[in-house]
Amino acid sequence: MFPFTFQAAADEDAASRAVRATPGARFLAGGTTLVDLMKLNVERPSVVVDINALPLTAIEELPDGGVRVGAMVRNSDMANHPAIRSRYPFLSQALLAGASPQLRNMATTGGNLMQRTRCYYFRDTAMPCNKREPGSGCAALDGHNRIHAILGTSAQCIAAHASDMCVPLTALDAVIHVNGERGPRTIPIGEFYLLPGDRPEVETALEPGELITAVDLPPLPFVTRSVYVKVRDRASYAFALASAAVALDLGDGRIRNARIALGGVGTRPWRAHAAERTLAGARPGAAAYQAAAAAALEGAAPRTHNAFKIELAKRTLMRALARAEALA
Amino acid sequence: MVSGQSDLSRREFMTRTVGGSLAMAALPESQNAATPATGTVADPDSPAAESQLRVRCAINDEHTELTIDPRVTLLDALRERLRLTGTKKGCDHGQCGACTVHVDGRRVLSCLTLAAAVNGKRITTIEGLARGDELHPIQQAFIDHDGFQCGYCTPGQVMSAVALLDEPCGPADADVRECMSGNICRCGAYPNIVNAIQSVRGTGSVWRSSPSGSAARSGHPGSADIGSVQRSAKRSRHAERS
Repeated sequence: MFPFTFQAAADEDAASRAVRATPGARFLAGGTTLVDLMKLNVERPSVVVDINALPLTAIEELPDGGVRVGAMVRNSDMANHPAIRSRYPFLSQALLAGASPQLRNMATTGGNLMQRTRCYYFRDTAMPCNKREPGSGCAALDGHNRIHAILGTSAQCIAAHASDMCVPLTALDAVIHVNGERGPRTIPIGEFYLLPGDRPEVETALEPGELITAVDLPPLPFVTRSVYVKVRDRASYAFALASAAVALDLGDGRIRNARIALGGVGTRPWRAHAAERTLAGARPGAAAYQAAAAAALEGAAPRTHNAFKIELAKRTLMRALARAEALA
Repeated sequence: MVSGQSDLSRREFMTRTVGGSLAMAALPESQNAATPATGTVADPDSPAAESQLRVRCAINDEHTELTIDPRVTLLDALRERLRLTGTKKGCDHGQCGACTVHVDGRRVLSCLTLAAAVNGKRITTIEGLARGDELHPIQQAFIDHDGFQCGYCTPGQVMSAVALLDEPCGPADADVRECMSGNICRCGAYPNIVNAIQSVRGTGSVWRSSPSGSAARSGHPGSADIGSVQRSAKRSRHAERS
């Protein structure tokens, strides 16, 4: 680990100012990504600004019926909160499918949004990686790429987004509150994550020193009928090979509306708008789910070792849709 | 602790393993207190003294002060500075659970926790579970059910299991396996670990503070009133430890 200066921030403005003051400075929340990557010398901040004392730990009801989750709410607390469990079940399920109980006690809402990829080459400073070292090349393109993305990839980067939490947040159109040099503003999650394109090192729409302060979950009553299905190499405590967050609005024997996002297969949490459109107005059932799965994976671009993810993601999505339909 | 011709029985040896290094918990405060950085933690490239941090926290109910390099993890501070070596270093990257400790009553991974970030916190390690010679019921259950083989992952397993008792974990064995999934055991002692944990939840002989556990226990035979009486007695003695 490279030497750094440790500062504890007393409030949002001080935290943001401290990070803006030094290029490469980092906020420290749960530390489950940052400390790990610092040990690997992938992250080399000269200043670490501890934001654990900031009072961003509330889960609040919003006047419009939505819920606001503070950036420092721990993943385990969000997963087990009654409002999340009852009104956003797929979000609770996704959180509980992520990592381990110890890590969920540490990891925060804001930190999970900033979680980095598990690409082996990103995590290994001996290897080229355009995300870690722009212009150095991508070792994953023709390397071991079984865990890599098949959607949203570029010739510069095929790293998969690792978060479970962000998959239902993407299906929900969650809104991210940030605070920085230009004051508080909001960013819809659909605009928060950038595709790698030619600049895979720029992952989000955050400006330097902007601090995530909260996430708003919009009111969406039919999300009580929602499911998160995660497929991984072992039964628990592993990242997704493919996952699906699904919510269905059923009525009169039809699907009135659907929300679908995929994890483990995209370079960002992957919203499947085309799949949602195929389901709107359709009769629930295997035929509709198959069509939705085909639409969701349209344009998938596999490499040598991850073509299996196309079929796996389709079946994961179909299973999630069938389970959502079967809910009482 | 053990030599080739040790006359310690396996059970005695494992009792000490599950309990961590019990003697260490009794270190006088002078030995627990901060000492100048030694070669074990300090790096030759270490920044100058002015970047060293003062950290004050309570470790196993003892007030502790440390002066540390910001890079030192809680795990290394415990093991190398405070000689609390019951907490184990496995992967050092948050993938095995061997370093599990409690911070403010919740289980976390000490390998991914900067010591600088626990200023003002309350930390419990495996050395802080037992009261004198009286093991925590989870420690005793691991011995009774042979919940380990080599013992290396055991302190982390025990710390997770103790925390699990106050978490919303379902009643089934499968629920326990999921709740313990953050602790890897290379020997594969999982079935006996689950048995050990379920025996404590089932008999209710555990020090608990959360009402969530009563629902979780209801499916188990032996969770009758007697268990509650035992629990109350334990809690009154150990109330501050919950």
